[in-house]
Amino acid sequence: MRHLIDPMDISMTELKDLLDLAEEIIKKKEDFNQVCKGKILGTLFYEPSTRTRLSFEAAMLRLGGSVIGFSDAGVSSAIKGESIPDTIRTVSSYVDIIAMRHPKEGAPKLASYYSFVPIINAGDGGHYHPTQTLTDILTIRLKKGQLSNLTIGLCGDLKFGRTVHSLIKSMSSYGNKFILISPQELQIPQYIKMELFNKNSSFMEVESLEDVIDKLDILYMTRVQRERFFNEEDYIRLKDSYILDKEKLKLARKDLCILHPLPRVNEISYEVDDDPRACYFEQVKYGMYIRMALILRLLGVM
Amino acid sequence: MLYIDSISKGIVIDHIRPGNGFKIFKYLGLNKADFRVALIINAQSKKYGKKDLIKLENVMDLDLTMLGFIDPNITINIIQDEKVVKKIKLSLPEEVEGIIKCKNPRCICSEERQIVHRFVLIDDKKGIYKCDYCEQIYSWEG
Ligand SMILES: [Zn+2]
Repeated sequence: MRHLIDPMDISMTELKDLLDLAEEIIKKKEDFNQVCKGKILGTLFYEPSTRTRLSFEAAMLRLGGSVIGFSDAGVSSAIKGESIPDTIRTVSSYVDIIAMRHPKEGAPKLASYYSFVPIINAGDGGHYHPTQTLTDILTIRLKKGQLSNLTIGLCGDLKFGRTVHSLIKSMSSYGNKFILISPQELQIPQYIKMELFNKNSSFMEVESLEDVIDKLDILYMTRVQRERFFNEEDYIRLKDSYILDKEKLKLARKDLCILHPLPRVNEISYEVDDDPRACYFEQVKYGMYIRMALILRLLGVM
Repeated sequence: MLYIDSISKGIVIDHIRPGNGFKIFKYLGLNKADFRVALIINAQSKKYGKKDLIKLENVMDLDLTMLGFIDPNITINIIQDEKVVKKIKLSLPEEVEGIIKCKNPRCICSEERQIVHRFVLIDDKKGIYKCDYCEQIYSWEG
């Protein structure tokens, strides 16, 4: 049985297959709206993440399946007091596939050892969030028509944002140029850089978005959180340099594609939303389609 | 020269890295043994200059995974009729369960009561393991 715990669990061949299937679903939605009839998705959300949960639920419903689950373990005290192996053995007796979110790192991995059905990691603490990475990659392929020879700017908190790490790891296999835009305090960890060195991609690190925005095919924005800074001074000094607004966007190319994993705080001004280069709401939609493709493949329905 | 009788039937745990001999002696509970045991520290070794070794005049079950984890250089000789009938070369185990504890407070290990802490070998030359759940790194050298 296959699970999806770590984005790196997916080979390049499997990734291509998932992306192809997602594109096919987008083209012929009606052909897929009954394919999971009679199948049930369990959404086990041990911490609330409405955005991700709705995406999974919409995906399953659009495939003609049904959904059961809980959205916050605090509500369900029976679940809270029970061990993960017990909960998983119970729920996986009822459903055909599980999407699990948990505040602790490795919880979905633990669940996968006890589950009778495939487990999809829907985020485990700050650890992995593979369906976000799949969403990002599908969006890039749909917007750019390719996954290689791109100049990809990643801006903001590159130190703690693991979805950024996963995206870099995946995209570096295809041969791309990365421009890493962050304050020194939030630079990408050394071990990720080492992995980039070993692949056929290049990268450079800069502190200012304005200096490089004209070179980018993709701009991936992330949240810069106040609590990541050692002192208030640094935060105030740096926060505005990592906010994308119309002024900065004037310097960018016409075919730039702006992505963000959402929800945003203030790192993309609302005035940018109307710009045709803002792709983050489309990205949300693609997130649902790639989850549909993933559910189909893990269930072995198609 | 210190002289230790050769044994006719038993086990010799050889090529222990100096300093690990007493650790293994304690781990095996040999201070409570009711058979003859010799712990030799800083014996001469052609390979490493110095080594520790333990001789047991008894046959007992050894957890080779655990011993390999404590010291992958060890060779175990099984002795019968004063002859080595079996030589076992240890190495770092691919996976250890319940030996290393994951110290990452964000790891599921910190919350689930009955979870078995499991670490997987990722670099056998440097002895680096990672938590199977959260991937926290554990290295022998520390
Ligand atoms: Zn751990």
